[in-house]
Parts: sequence; structure tokens; C-alpha cells
Amino acid sequence: MGALRWSENVTAPDIAIEVEGLSKSFDGREVVHDLSMQVRRGTIYGFLGPNGSGKTTTIRMLCGLLTPDTGRGTCLGYDIITETDRIKRRVGYMTQRFSLYQDLSVRENLEFVARLYDVPDPVGAARAMVERLGLHGREEQLAGSLSGGWKQRLALGACTLPNPQLLLLDEPTAGVDPKARREFWNEIHAMAGEGLTVLVSTHYMDEAERCHEIAYIAYGHLLVHGTVQEVIAQSHLTTYVVGGEGLGDLAARLEQTRGVDMVAPFGTSLHVSGRDAAALERAIAPYRNDRRFTWQQSEPSLEDVFIDLMSRARDNFQDAA
Amino acid sequence: MAAADAMGARGFWLRTRAMLIKEFIQLKRDRLSFGMIIMIPLMQLVLFGYAINTTPRDLPTAVLLQETSDVGRSILAALQNTKYFKITHRARDEAEFDRLLASGTVLFAIEVPANFERALRRGDRPAVLVAADATDPVAAGSALSALGTIVTTALRNDHAIPDTAAPPFEVRTHARYNPAGATALNIVPGLVGTILTMTMLIFTALSVTREIERGTMEALLAMPITPVEIMLGKIVPYVIVGFVQAGLIISVGALLFGVPIFGSLALLALLSTLFITTNLSIGYTFSTIAQNQLQAMQMSMMFFLPNILLSGFMFPFAGMPAWAQWIGEALPLTHFIRIVRAIMLKGSTFGDLRYDAVALTALMLIAMAIAVTRFRRTLD
Ligand SMILES: Nc1ncnc2c1ncn2[C@@H]1O[C@H](COP(=O)(O)OP(=O)(O)O)[C@@H](O)[C@H]1O
Ligand SMILES: [Mg+2]
Repeated sequence: MGALRWSENVTAPDIAIEVEGLSKSFDGREVVHDLSMQVRRGTIYGFLGPNGSGKTTTIRMLCGLLTPDTGRGTCLGYDIITETDRIKRRVGYMTQRFSLYQDLSVRENLEFVARLYDVPDPVGAARAMVERLGLHGREEQLAGSLSGGWKQRLALGACTLPNPQLLLLDEPTAGVDPKARREFWNEIHAMAGEGLTVLVSTHYMDEAERCHEIAYIAYGHLLVHGTVQEVIAQSHLTTYVVGGEGLGDLAARLEQTRGVDMVAPFGTSLHVSGRDAAALERAIAPYRNDRRFTWQQSEPSLEDVFIDLMSRARDNFQDAA
Repeated sequence: MAAADAMGARGFWLRTRAMLIKEFIQLKRDRLSFGMIIMIPLMQLVLFGYAINTTPRDLPTAVLLQETSDVGRSILAALQNTKYFKITHRARDEAEFDRLLASGTVLFAIEVPANFERALRRGDRPAVLVAADATDPVAAGSALSALGTIVTTALRNDHAIPDTAAPPFEVRTHARYNPAGATALNIVPGLVGTILTMTMLIFTALSVTREIERGTMEALLAMPITPVEIMLGKIVPYVIVGFVQAGLIISVGALLFGVPIFGSLALLALLSTLFITTNLSIGYTFSTIAQNQLQAMQMSMMFFLPNILLSGFMFPFAGMPAWAQWIGEALPLTHFIRIVRAIMLKGSTFGDLRYDAVALTALMLIAMAIAVTRFRRTLD
């Protein structure tokens, strides 16, 4: 299998996804705009962005479920417009909405997938997957009656059963409890360790930190991409963490001050950020000597960066979108 | 993943089979649909059966006795005693007779002519004249066939005629308004087709829209399965279902109404399978066009109506205007009703039914072609 995988891709064997200038409109409204991205094989690529930013639409274009209006690209070396049949045979796609058959049991769902992909010994393969997912004893339970976390695991199992080379996971952990989320991510890392490429969309910042690379998309525009460190560095954001009392009052006043681009409460502290370091220094100078507050410069968190990107994107694209 | 294999015939079969197994399990689990498969034909048959059995009871009848004799009175009493006729009017003359029939006040008018008894004893084979309103051929048919026996029995009991010989009189019937006089035997074969049309359409009409509404279509489309494979996987289980239904209707029909099967059962099974598949394909086509399950149901009903009205099930096909016949020719039920009636009642062979078989096949292929081209392979 490993040898076959490499030989199939004549062009760039270490690139799993490479797309350029993808755009897609629905009813005259552009929901993905000129999107380009590259995902290397064996990496976990996080796809972040607020609701309605075009993550699902992009993923669907990658696996042949939607035809881009403009742009081109390859997925596992196959053209995303003309070779979708080949892509489908090698990609596991976990949809945002649970899309297994609710009226089939765990076992029957897995066997269906195994048969459809011509997995040798579908019954045995389904049984092995049940064991791997820890669903032993629930084989005969209807998929519709599983809890959210188990549904998620089953869906992941179903799309990895045919041994895909690329996994597209659309918000796989939405609404799942933290423990199940952690196990889910351990599983994904284990699979990536075996050479699988994973593109995963998510809302959760802590999940973004578990990705090798991330991309942030808002209003259909891919705004930044790179490793978490790169994305933070690219933001050119200066951030102060403020501790103390009466922070709500301070936040309200800082928001009105020029030079402060973003004020965000984090638990008992306040993150104050600005794109222009000098301007930020001037803006906060009046409060720095206030005894009630402690000021400490720090690296912006990923969330600071994304909130900043969001607000800038809103100013730039909202009218267009 | 074996790329070469997946493209070939083996892959085609494997994926179709995967789909088939899935559909079977879902069908098995869908108690409501499963119940429908059995209940719809039984319900319809029992309803129709009940209607057919009871209409011939207490049919309003007028009598005109042109002579007062023992024989006349015997016949009258016998008629009154049967469950078929209810003598509601004693007509004085033929004009009143006609008026009663024309207005629908009575369904039968029975006339015992003058000098009937004398002619009977002389062995002249006199005729009891019966006029029947045959607009309801089912009702008229069974009552008429019973009439001869009733009169004979009555006269034998009264020793007016000897027990042995064939009846020394004749019942001369005149079916008015619908001389063709289709009978109950024609209804059951028609019912086979009607029930199958209805259930087959509904089953497949919902199949694709259901997957879309439940969100399973997105995952299915992301898998390496083709529209033809999905279609076959969704149609084939119901061919078997339809086959069971057809068998159920025909055997219950035979038990309930004594409908004979003169022709070959194998031929009937073969052409029924063709008809079932045609309807499933049409239902499936609706499913690929409709936006949701409600629309799919509405389309099925829109298609079902002309099938009932213009296929020769309700009204004699030959009696319809040319435009209606043209539409009728394009409906599967028209051809199937001809096929079933011909095989069951006339014992026709495949040679006789070539045209209808070809027409059904053509309709099936057209529906499948539309379905496969209409099937949306993406979510665009
Ligand atoms: N099939 C469709 N028809 C019309 N609008 C759509 C369709 N799919 C998505 N959209 C719209 O496109 C935008 C992006 O949606 P989506 O890609 O699902 O975003 P995300 O996954 O990031 O939440 C949303 O505003 C959504 O309403
Ligand atoms: Mg989404």
C-alpha cells in the first residue's frame, strides 16, 4: 500500500492538497473567495474560522462534492474538477452533520462502508474497527441511538475504514465533551503518525494548537496560514495582560482609546492588544501607574490573533460579502 | 484499494450489492413501510371484495307480470326470497318499466310475459325478459348470472317443471347502457396493477429525497458509488417486495372471487416483474427531481391519477377519445392491465403480448435514463 501511494502521485509526492484561486458563489453571493492553500502529506492541518466563513464549502470543493466557479487544484495529485472519482476512492470525509444511517446498527454502517470501498472481508474489517473504536458491545445498537461522542467516533471510524490517504474532518468535535475530544485528537495524531494527512475544521483554539499547521478563514477569505508560531508572529500584534480589580471599567475606557485595537477579557485578566506597538504604549501610559492594575507584556494568544483578524476582515469584506 | 478492479464489473456489482444490503436492512427496520406492503393490498382487496360481494344484494327491482298464474307468483316469491333482488315496484306497463330503469330507481326490470305458464307446459321454452342497468357492470353481472338458477329452482320446487331436464324456459337479458358489461373478473386483474402502481411509486419516490433530508446523501456522494449503482441498489429490493405483493393479490383474488388463471403463471410473473420495475423506475425518477419528500409524494399522486382513469381500469379503453387513448398508451398500467387480463382470463401467450411488453420496457428505460441524468452527483 505504501509503495502504491507514492507512485500514484507523479507531480509532488509530498503534497496532499494544492489548490489555487478557488471561488464559489451561491445565488450570486460569493462564500469562498480566491482561496489558495497547500497541505503537505502526513500533517494535521487545522482550518479555523467563524460560522459561515466558508470552511464546509471549501472542504466540499476539495472532495468533489462542489464544483468551484473558478480556480484549479489537486487533491492527492488528482484534479479536483475532472478526477473526483479517483479522489473519492482515497479520501475519507466526515461531514459536519452526522451522516451515517441512523436506522442501521454500528456494525451495519461499518459493513456498508467496507463493502462500498471493496475492503477485503468487510465483516472482519467492520469487527476490527468496532474493537479499535472501543465500541465493543454496542455493535448492534442503532447509530441513531448513540450519544454525541460515540457518534463522532463511529463517523471517524467509518471514514477511516477504507484506509484513505487523506481525511477531511468538518468540525468533528463540535458538541463533544472534553474527554471525548481529547481521545479523538489522540486518535488523529496516531493516524497522522502512520502517514495519513488530516484536514480538520474547528472552532476550538486548543485544537488549533494541536495542529501542525493552521489556516484562518473569514468571509470566504483565507487570511493567514502557517504554524501556530508563524501565525502569531505574522500578526504583528503587541499584547499586554492586565491583572487587578475594576477591569471591566478599564476595558470600557480602553476600547474608546486610539491605538488600542482589541480588548478581550480572559478569566480574571484582560488582554489589551494593538497593531502599532508605539501607539499602544501611548494609549495605555495613563493607566500603567495605576496601583490597582498589574501590566505585563506577553505574546498574543492565538485567540487574540483571530479576534483581531476577524475584526479587520469585517471592516474589509463585510460589504463585499 | 484495488483501482483497476474498482472501475470494472466486479466493482459495479460490489457497490450495488452494498447498497442493496443497506436498503434491505432499512426496509426491514421500517415497520410502517413493511406494514404497508402487506396491508395496502389486503385492505384494498377486502374493501373491493366487500363491495363486490354486497352490491348484488337487495338490488332494487321492478316486475311486470303480464299474467296471473301460479308460475308467475312462484317466480316472484323466489326473487323476493333471494338476497340479490328486492322488488320495489310492480309496474303496470312497459312504459313505466322504462321510466323506472332510466331514472335509476331500479336496476332491474323483470317481465313475465303473458301466457308464460301455458307455453311452459307446452314445452315452448318461453322467455323471462330481464332488462338490466349495466352502468354498474359488476352489480348487473353477478345478479344476472344468478337469475336463471333462481327461477329454475323456484319452478322445480313448485313442481311446475320436471327436476331433470334443462330449464324449459330462457332468461333473455338485455344489458342496457353498457353492453360490454365488464364483470368482477375484470376488476381483480386491474386491481393487481393499481395496487402495485401505488405502492411501488411511493416506495422509490421517497428514497432519494429521504437520504437528502436525513443528511446521509452528502456522505454517500463523497463515496465512490455511481448514480446507476445507487439506483439499482434502491430499486431491486422493491422488485422483490412488489413480487410478493402481486402474488398476495392474485392468490387472495383467486380465493375471494374465484378469478381463474388460464395462462402461464411464469409469463405472468415475468411480465409483472417488468411492470414492477417500470413503476419503481418512475418513482425513483420523481425522487431525483423532487426537492423534498412532500413534492415527491405529490408527483406520485399526479402520476397515479391518470393511471387509474386512463388505463382501462375504470373505463373501457376502447371507449375513450383518441387523445385519452394516446395518453393511456404512455402509462404502464394500461399495458399491464391488458397483460394481466389477457393472461388470467384469456390464457394469452407471450406472442400475443409482445407489444405491451415492449412498451413497458421502453417506459422503464426512459424513466431510468431520466433518473440517472437527473441524479445530482454534487451538492451544487
Ligand atoms: N448549498 C448552499 N446554498 C446556498 N448557500 C450556501 C450553501 N452552502 C453554504 N451556503 C452559505 O455559504 C456560507 C458559508 O457556509 P459554510 O461553508 O457552511 O461555512 P462554515 O462551514 O465555515 O460554517 C454560509 O453563509 C452559508 O449559508
Ligand atoms: Mg461548516
